[in-house]
Amino acid sequence: MTELSLNILDIAQNSVKAQAKLIELAVEVDTAADTLTVLIKDDGCGMSAEQLERVTDPFFTTRDTRSVGLGVPFYKDAAESTGGSFEITSELGVGTQVTAVFGLSHIDRAPLGDINATVEMLVFYNTHIDFNYRYKVDDAEFTLDTQEIKELLEGAPIDAPDVKAFISEFLKENEAEVRKEKIF
Amino acid sequence: MKSLAELKAIKEKMQGQVGVRSNDHAGTRVVVGMATCGIAAGARPVLQLLSALVQEKNIQDVSVSQTGCIGLCQYEPIVEVFNKDGEKVTYVNMNEDKAREIIDKHLVRGNVVTEYLVGNV
Repeated sequence: MTELSLNILDIAQNSVKAQAKLIELAVEVDTAADTLTVLIKDDGCGMSAEQLERVTDPFFTTRDTRSVGLGVPFYKDAAESTGGSFEITSELGVGTQVTAVFGLSHIDRAPLGDINATVEMLVFYNTHIDFNYRYKVDDAEFTLDTQEIKELLEGAPIDAPDVKAFISEFLKENEAEVRKEKIF
Repeated sequence: MKSLAELKAIKEKMQGQVGVRSNDHAGTRVVVGMATCGIAAGARPVLQLLSALVQEKNIQDVSVSQTGCIGLCQYEPIVEVFNKDGEKVTYVNMNEDKAREIIDKHLVRGNVVTEYLVGNV
């Protein structure tokens, strides 16, 4: 993957497929600790101990369209090759949590890329799922909470053109303000 | 910081319009593969562009959505178009330029772009 936001989209699709009702996504940059931490947490179907054990094996997948499952191994490798860490915990019927820590200034760290596009894609194409997205750079942060948005919309669709335009603008403006012209 | 306050006004404006609804009931369905294979091959910008153009050109009765892996990973990004009767064509090795052509030729004018079909690569 050319940018981490694509890995994040890919991993979050697993939560979608796990029939999550709420997916939490947090991207946190800590310049002092020199880390970029990404948390993806869902309340989906979860994995058995056996599945969990094999989830980082590229030759394990639950799909029947192909025999490889590269999403998690790619992501794990992307984190560990930057001196960071990767952790996945899961419980059947409860959900799954994936935490990846990347070395922020490590030369092998892929750029975060268009994280807003990833969030938009998740929110606009999975309108039945709620997303809680947090983007944090040192002390500055913002949150996009679709539960809050849906309450304000009082039944109007979250993927209506005007609402989509607003959410895109919301992400763009707030991300720029939190990021303060730095590029991660 | 931009707040959610503007949403109230947007919602009220929408209530005054007729026919504003979620786009998942349309006749023609455009589906983009968004599993690891699709994403790695560049499906995200293709899906974004298709969705933006359908909206911008106000193409009626077309929905754009995503799906998982359909098993032809080497041909990703893949875009499937289902017509009203459920008949499907499969476009492969898509990119933004080709997606633009699909919009203009297939979705606007109704002509399948045969050179990008899976049988012709």
